[in-house]
Order: sequence, then C-alpha cells, then structure tokens
Amino acid sequence: MPPRKEKAKEAPVLDFERPVVELERKIDDLKQRTRLSGEIRREIENLETRARELQQHIFSSLTPWQKVQLARHPGRPYTLDYVSRIITDFTELHGDRRFADDAAMIGGIGFFEGIPVLCLGQQKGRTIKEKLARNVGMAKPEGYRKAMRLMDMAARFGKPIICMLDTPGAFPGIDAEERGQAEAVAKNLEIMAGLPVPIIAAVIGEGGSGGALAIGVADRILMLEYSVYSVITPEGCASILFRSDARKAEAAAAMKMTAPDLARLGIIDEIVPEAPGGAHRNFDLTARNLAAALRRHLADLLPLPPSLLKDLRYQKYRRMGAFVEAGGLAS
Amino acid sequence: MSDNPPIVWYRRNKKDEPALEKRSIPAGVFTKCPMCREALLTGEVHKNLDVCTSCGHHFAMATRDRVASIMDKGSLIEHDAHVESIDPLGFRDSKKYSDRLKSTRKTSGEVEALIAVAGRIENIAVEAGFFVFEFMGGSMGSVVGEKITRLFERALERRVPALIFASSGGARMQEGILSLMQMAKTSAAIARLREARVPILSILLHPTTGGVAASFSMLGDLHIAEPKALIGFAGPRVIQNTIHQNLPPGFQRSEFLLTHGFVDIIVPRKELKATIALALRWMGTPAVTTRN
Repeated sequence: MPPRKEKAKEAPVLDFERPVVELERKIDDLKQRTRLSGEIRREIENLETRARELQQHIFSSLTPWQKVQLARHPGRPYTLDYVSRIITDFTELHGDRRFADDAAMIGGIGFFEGIPVLCLGQQKGRTIKEKLARNVGMAKPEGYRKAMRLMDMAARFGKPIICMLDTPGAFPGIDAEERGQAEAVAKNLEIMAGLPVPIIAAVIGEGGSGGALAIGVADRILMLEYSVYSVITPEGCASILFRSDARKAEAAAAMKMTAPDLARLGIIDEIVPEAPGGAHRNFDLTARNLAAALRRHLADLLPLPPSLLKDLRYQKYRRMGAFVEAGGLAS
Repeated sequence: MSDNPPIVWYRRNKKDEPALEKRSIPAGVFTKCPMCREALLTGEVHKNLDVCTSCGHHFAMATRDRVASIMDKGSLIEHDAHVESIDPLGFRDSKKYSDRLKSTRKTSGEVEALIAVAGRIENIAVEAGFFVFEFMGGSMGSVVGEKITRLFERALERRVPALIFASSGGARMQEGILSLMQMAKTSAAIARLREARVPILSILLHPTTGGVAASFSMLGDLHIAEPKALIGFAGPRVIQNTIHQNLPPGFQRSEFLLTHGFVDIIVPRKELKATIALALRWMGTPAVTTRN
C-alpha cells in the first residue's frame, strides 16, 4: 500500500470509493487484531491485491460526474499542499495595494528546484472556519488584482510564474460586482497574454470558468488526471440548459470537462497522473508527478526569448476554437 | 396574491423596473412602453431608434438597425460573414446544438451572434463588431471569438479604431471549454491593440454579462453604456441564489457601474453615434484612408 495521509483518512468517502475503502478497512483490522500467522499474512496480501484491482477497475471507467466529485473531494490536496511540497522557501505575499487581501487567492515567491518562481493559486479551505475565510476558493476582484500585481512584479524581475487553478468560479456577490469582478478577470487575461516570462498553469482540482481562467492564460496548461475545467459548473449548466439542477451529471458529460476531453479538444498540453485512487490518497506522490511535469515544461520555456515566448503564447490561444468557413474549410 | 386583489385604477412607473429583464424589440401596430405604460405607435418608436417617444425608455433594437444607426451610409463592408459554428462537442440539451443553430439561423436571419464590419463613423474609418442578441442571447462561442479576434487584428493592421457593441449573456455553454478560451483569445488580441495605441471603444448595451463582460468588453479605452443596461460578471439570479439576499435597486445597471467606476459615460441611443465620433476625433484617428 502506498503511504496514506492522515487527513485523507478522515475525509468523507465518495460512493464509488466505498468498496475499496471498506476492503482496506478490513485489511487494517486484520493487521491490527491478529497475530500475523503465515496464512493470515497471505490472506492480507490477497486482499490487498484485490483492493488494488478493484480500485483500478473502478477508476478505469469513471464517469465525468464522478471525476467532478473527485476534483471537489474534500480530502483533495489544495494549492498550498502542493506549494509546501514542491516550492522551497515559499513566502506568501498579501494584498492588491488597492483594497484588500483576498485569502481565496494566494500568491508568493519561492524556489522550484532552485529556480526563483512566483507561485499563485486559488485556495479552498478545509475546516469550516478556513472555508469561510477563504470563501471556498472563490476570489473577489482584489484576489485577481493581487495576482496581477504579483505577476507584474515577476515580469519585471524576469521570473517564471506557476499558477494552480482550483476554484468553483469567481465569487458572484454584490461586493464583487461593485468592485468590478468582470473588469478584474478581463484585465488579467490581457496582462497575462503579454507577460514576457514563462507561465505554466496547472488545473489541480476545479477549473471553474472565468474565475479559473483569470490566472490561467499560460504557455503550458496542465491538468491533473481527475481535475475538471469548464465554462460553467455542471449545476449551472443543468439549471440553465436542462432546466433542472438534478441533471448535473448529464451536464458534466455534455460539457466535455475532464482532462482527457480537454486534451482531445487541443486545449491542454499534458495530463499529470494522480496517485492511484486520486490525489487525496497520496499527496506526496501526486506532488512529485506535478513537479516532474513542471520541471520538463520549465526547461522548455526558460531558454526562449521574451518576444518569442509572447508570440508563441498568442498563437497558442489564436488557434483555439472550432468553426467552418464557407466553402467547407474546417479549422 | 390574495383572493380579492385590489382593483387597480391607475398605475404608472413601477419602482423596480421588472420589464428590463426582457427587453423586446417593438412589433405590431401599437407598442406599450413597459416603463411609462404609454401606448405608442410602433412605427414612431422605430423612427425614434426604438426609444419610447414619451419617457425615453430604451427598447431592444434589432442589430441590423443598430448597425445602420451607427455606421455611415454606404460605408460598410461586412467581414467573415461565412464563418460558421460547428458542433465540436456533439452537445445536446433539449435539442441538438446543431439543430438549435439551424433553427436560430432561420428565426434570426443571421449566421452567428456577431456582425463584423469595416466602415466609417462620421467619416472616420473603423472596424466594428455588433453582437446579435437575437442569436442565442448573443452568446460567444468559437465563431464570435474568432470574428472578434480577426476584427482586432484588422484594426491593428490598418491602425483604425476597434469598436465592439456588446450585448450578450456570456460564453456559449454548448461549446464548453472552447467558448471559455475565446475570452483569452480576444483579450490577447486586445493586448496587441493597446500596445500599438489603437483606440478601443467598448459600447455596453443591455445586457452584457458573463464571459463577454469579463473579457474585451471591460478592456476598452472607453466604456460607453446605454442607459439602464444590465452589465456585470454574474447574472442577478446567480448572485441571488448564491448569497440569498435581495439585490439593491439599480444593481448592475449602467448607472451603478458608472458610480462604481467601471463605465466612463452613459449615452442615450440618439447621441451614441455623435459621442463615439467625438471620442474618435479626440483620439486623433486619421481620417478616411484609401483602403476603405
């Protein structure tokens, strides 16, 4: 068995995880209660193989909605869980210098394998208190403006930027609208398109629409295996197009929001494998996989001169879209 | 409602304008103004740019009429009229997306939710895009994003101002993530315009929300809004469902955005063309070039 994290054990178990988790509980019981004779040891090994196979079986045919549930799993590692594992000397910086500090968006400086980087990401909360403080990772304009301020600083010092996307969406509230949520998101899109430093965006959980994209315009876009990325939440899509919240699973499938879907649509550059059974089952392993992908892409991007970098980034987004021209020319 | 509703003898100007949510284009012989309740001759309203002749309420305006009201007569060249949507996701809700496109093309008479033109405004050459709200709520999918990006690129090449007349519910869900990425694509094109100091005018019409608000529409050198247009990131219903509070009167209207600093000026429809032309003259746009 891979080592499991303390927190992950306490996290609620999803329906489709239950068979595996129950089997693992049995194994744990056996390990604890019995003096381990050879026969019982063999039995444990059998059960462990069985649990692994069962997990593989279940995870090889997950529905889009099940992936949405994994992407939102309460035990799932959040931005700071990855930052603490792959960024050394991370120092969080606060505030947009305009209005406030938004705890839903974290940003700071540190070193990725010796390379000075700026790291940004939405941060959900784990406890009720933290969820409240972090607004469940739904940033307000000040969050996006903090991100912009820090990115601008990174650009001036020529430092690459790593963004971790994990949000249900930009916060839809009265205060957010008063302070120009639409303008804050829009400005980041424009600024990121023109930054002269490498940007890598990784969707680590929920890539929720414009609120995710606002720190997601990048030279490379990565997605963790069970993360999702969409133009609207399945719930939102269901209530608008299917006229019923209950049809969210259907909406999740229709919108093609899983990592393989986005790879097929040519939007993302790489799918980063998660620990067997999902990132929440092994933070360390998943973080190592993410680091490996970041290392490779940074190595590609760091030698590029700023003008070429900007040009390639423009072309990357320029190609996104699907349409036909009269005469049947597909693009 | 109780069993015995009070008899209404006389009614005028309701406090919080519910009629604003669905603004329809005047049709039929008579049109009743939802604001002042006056019965108006539809022909007169049309002649008045679909503005109530009695109280100044701005009705919705057919997009082709809008184009004609802004652009100089005989100056128009339409661009990319035959860039058409496909159904990249095989999307289906109550009907297939491909069927919805077909039927919308029939009812709206337009191919897509944006009309892109090159032309002149008071003799100043511009590249302008007009959202067609009649076409799937003016939603932005791959085609709208592509047409806007090409429009910005033409404006950059010709060094003429770029204008977008926005009226849209936001990104088109039926094209999923591809729609979301149009926000990034169009904003990247804006970045190039800004660097080259090509004027960008965003004209915000009722309603402008979601991904269309949260990209190029909020990135103009100037933000010019029609009176009482709904402009915002999240729709009022989404906000209400999230925070479970009543929204303040006038929330997310042009006047609200002006007060909070996100709209430069509110201009009634009849003065829109003159105001745009004035701004363009101030910005120092070169007069008509030989290219158009």
